Amino acid sequence: MTDKPTLAKTDRIIEKGYNFAFLDEFTKREIRRKILKAVAIPGYQVPFGSREMPLAKGWGTGGIQITLSIIGDTDILKVIDQGSDDSVNAVNIRNLVVRMTGAQTTEDTTKATIIQTRHRIPEEALRDEQIVVFQVPFPEPLRSIEPSEQVTRRMHARKDYSKMWLHLYEDIVKHGRITIGARYPVMINSRYLMDPSPIPRWDVPRLNQAPVLYLFCAGREKRIYAIAPHTSVEPLEFEDYAFEVEDFSGKICERCGSSDTFLDEMIDEITGSKKYFCSDTSFCDKRKKGGGT
Amino acid sequence: MNCGVGEGEGKRTGRKKGREMEMKMTIGMGEHDTGQALKVSGLTRIYGSSCPDCIRMTGPDHGTNICRVCGSVVACADISFDVMPGEILGIVGESGSGKSTIVRCLYFDMEPTCGEAYLRCYGKGNIFQVSSQEKQIIRNLYTGMVYQNPQLGLKFDITSGGNIAEKLLAANWRNVGRIRERAGELLERTEIPLARMDDYPRNFSGGMQQRVQIAKALANDPDVLLLDELTTGLDVSVQARILDLIKDIRRNTEAAMVLITHDLGVIRLLAERTIVLKNGRIVEAGLTDQILEDPQHEYTQLLVNSVL
Ligand SMILES: Nc1ncnc2c1ncn2[C@@H]1O[C@H](COP(=O)(O)OP(=O)(O)O)[C@@H](O)[C@H]1O
Ligand SMILES: [Mg+2]
Ligand SMILES: [Zn+2]
Repeated sequence: MTDKPTLAKTDRIIEKGYNFAFLDEFTKREIRRKILKAVAIPGYQVPFGSREMPLAKGWGTGGIQITLSIIGDTDILKVIDQGSDDSVNAVNIRNLVVRMTGAQTTEDTTKATIIQTRHRIPEEALRDEQIVVFQVPFPEPLRSIEPSEQVTRRMHARKDYSKMWLHLYEDIVKHGRITIGARYPVMINSRYLMDPSPIPRWDVPRLNQAPVLYLFCAGREKRIYAIAPHTSVEPLEFEDYAFEVEDFSGKICERCGSSDTFLDEMIDEITGSKKYFCSDTSFCDKRKKGGGT
Repeated sequence: MNCGVGEGEGKRTGRKKGREMEMKMTIGMGEHDTGQALKVSGLTRIYGSSCPDCIRMTGPDHGTNICRVCGSVVACADISFDVMPGEILGIVGESGSGKSTIVRCLYFDMEPTCGEAYLRCYGKGNIFQVSSQEKQIIRNLYTGMVYQNPQLGLKFDITSGGNIAEKLLAANWRNVGRIRERAGELLERTEIPLARMDDYPRNFSGGMQQRVQIAKALANDPDVLLLDELTTGLDVSVQARILDLIKDIRRNTEAAMVLITHDLGVIRLLAERTIVLKNGRIVEAGLTDQILEDPQHEYTQLLVNSVL
């Protein structure tokens, strides 16, 4: 053990031979510029020059580029994968950022300044000084109904979303309800249709008029978009077929007893019965310890 | 874009002034409401790179719409006409004369190379100049289109009710019950059994597909209906039923209709006025009866005589 000041200060080793936060300054600046544009036009997909990252594509290469571009050495980072801080993916991303920046990490939502997430929004209330970074597999909300990029761009330019509405109408005619689960299409600021990444419907209302800045990034598809704080976010719905979140009525978390959180369903291998657990593991821990709200 | 009749750089300014004056006039007329549901002036569409000679080198005098100099296709040039509410204007001309190009420009399926169009119900000027968002509104709220090929006008993998719903959704209808009620009304009006509302157009006969297209086009009570060869290729009895439907629409709505056909019988039956197109130009325009009784242009004479 040495007592070099840097080590004493953070107790972490910043990897030598790399620029701070892995990306070179020029790249970070470009990404920040694109973020500013995205914030200025909420819901609009801004193309950017996605870089090769030391992660496999589809493992959060977009999210990590945002995180690395905005993080400073006083930031406190939380990384979750489907609500869990402990998944391999979340751990690897967290380790990478720490080695490249020396930033502190936390599992406590309330203590984090940057939260990088795959497919969930933490249950606890978020504050205006926090930034949530979403990993996005498919940034284009219209792709499933329109394969051509040229056409989807024109649809956005014209605010022509009748094809998406039609998709919902046909869904109702066929199934008696809207069957979209994750990736529920939302209108941002009454202007752009946006894919909120594969978060459950449960999290969608959390996007509306939120105090926090939401940043979205698809590494493979090279797109950045954002929801500025206090922006209106409306899931598509009909007057007679309203948007609904997942129904967990009558179900509680087996661990913490919560009845007001998004629950993952597990099948008990022995009894074959269904069990439910909080998807947000750190909040579940907090509640179990009695520290939750 | 060069749409002038073979003029050089030097004449540009003069032409521009002329254009501005013309526009002022049109806007002025709009304010006093001359009653035209649709007014088109100088509509031109060139496929290809186009050169200063395109316009001069094409047209009925040359017997072609292909520019000898650059090879561009002048699909239509300097097309001007107007249609009154409740009126049916016929456009006739042989295949390739530019008929579809005109209505597809008006429905924003493609951009004209130059030209202007004004709608009485849309007071914000030349519809070709407005933002793409505004165009979307004009397309969905003020106009309706029936394509010659139902594949272009309908989505075959969407129910017939859904095809009609698309127009209503574009007009911000957000109540599924009311959308289905309206779609039902329209299907009834176009004589399609209500039971087929949730069936797919791919399972429909050609005549029925055209009627679904008409139902869709009527969804938002448009001020202008664009009908492109809507009976071509259908059995005579099926044709008659659709033509009756168009008559019924004329009786019961104020929609101005642009009816494209190469069938003079259809024109005789339905259109008050007609324009005759050849090689992308209007060669004759006037009252349908007059054109059919006493055709002035050589080409129209040929057309009329070949039918009689
Ligand atoms: N995409 C295109 N590219 C080049 N030429 C075209 C294109 N579409 C149409 N044309 C040409 O434009 C002319 C007018 O076509 P169109 O408007 O379809 O005529 P009509 O409907 O009277 O048969 C024809 O010569 C046609 O070949
Ligand atoms: Mg045609
Ligand atoms: Zn030419």
